[in-house]
Amino acid sequence: MAKFRKEGTKEIPQISTASLPDIIFMLIFFFMVSTTIRETQLMVNNEVPGATEVKKLERKDLVSYIYIGKPKRQFQDMYGTEPRIQLNDSFAKVDDIRDYIATERKQLDESERPKMTTSLKVDVDTKMGVVSDVKYALRKASALKINYSAQKVDQVY
Amino acid sequence: MARPSGEFNAAPMADIAFLLLIFFLVATTFDVDTGIMRKLPPIPDEEQQRQQENKQIKERNVFEVLINSNDQLLVEGEPMNISNLRESAKEFIANPRNKEDLPEMEVKEVPFFGQTETTKGIISLQNDRGTSYEMYIKVQNELTAAYNELHDGLAMQKFGQHYSELNKEQKDAISDIYPMIISEAEPKNIGGN
Repeated sequence: MAKFRKEGTKEIPQISTASLPDIIFMLIFFFMVSTTIRETQLMVNNEVPGATEVKKLERKDLVSYIYIGKPKRQFQDMYGTEPRIQLNDSFAKVDDIRDYIATERKQLDESERPKMTTSLKVDVDTKMGVVSDVKYALRKASALKINYSAQKVDQVY
Repeated sequence: MARPSGEFNAAPMADIAFLLLIFFLVATTFDVDTGIMRKLPPIPDEEQQRQQENKQIKERNVFEVLINSNDQLLVEGEPMNISNLRESAKEFIANPRNKEDLPEMEVKEVPFFGQTETTKGIISLQNDRGTSYEMYIKVQNELTAAYNELHDGLAMQKFGQHYSELNKEQKDAISDIYPMIISEAEPKNIGGN
């Protein structure tokens, strides 16, 4: 019997820290699940306007994004300060939207293609001209479900 | 030879876990994507275009909203402040006193409601290419709010619940009575880009 027992000197046992990692792991799992790592690097200023009647976008996999805004500081000497369109990781022209939508649509399951939504993330300091061009291009590409990205605020004026 | 005890030192494990935790904390962006949903009209082919040109919509059924390049509003021919837009849009859509210059009501069979008056009003929105996006979203927001408030009011009155809590059939019935039609004309280019 004594084989299993250590020296008889009894000390006050220290608090076991063995369960600490478990707690931390739990936190990790929470953050892992809730994380959406940004896959695109924003090259334009993108502060979306506020609105009160916003709806949440469900099903992020069905959403493709179009960013519009002034190029960020480090791109301004190359691309100027006029609002520009960003698709994926590069600046684009209005004519490129058609191809972009086509590629995005191809990635989706056939049955889900009608549910595809295009989220327009437009900076507040943009004039409607470029937005109208984008909207017309989307109509031509028959990507008709759009979402004007806006953040929820309590009061707009 | 004394064998080392079976318990291993778990303290550095917490450090590793912390490291991972910090990585995910930094990498996390809780961007819930929200926005105003809209449906763009498809580009009509020639046949449809001809039909549309023949189909005249009465002037009383159209609520005309114009935004110029200085972000000023012209609603039904009158300058208006954005803060009044919601109320006047609501009054237009619902036409509570059956006024002559507000939209016609059409009696239709609607589920849950039976024979009910439904509005024929549509909102026509036109902006300039120089209108700021901020103003455009404000106007879209107010128009959406007008419809949402009408839907919510009707839902409360009929079902005693908020519109968002109704099931799909009930929602459809309510949006049959106040159908949300916002038609956008091609923008003008007066103010320049």
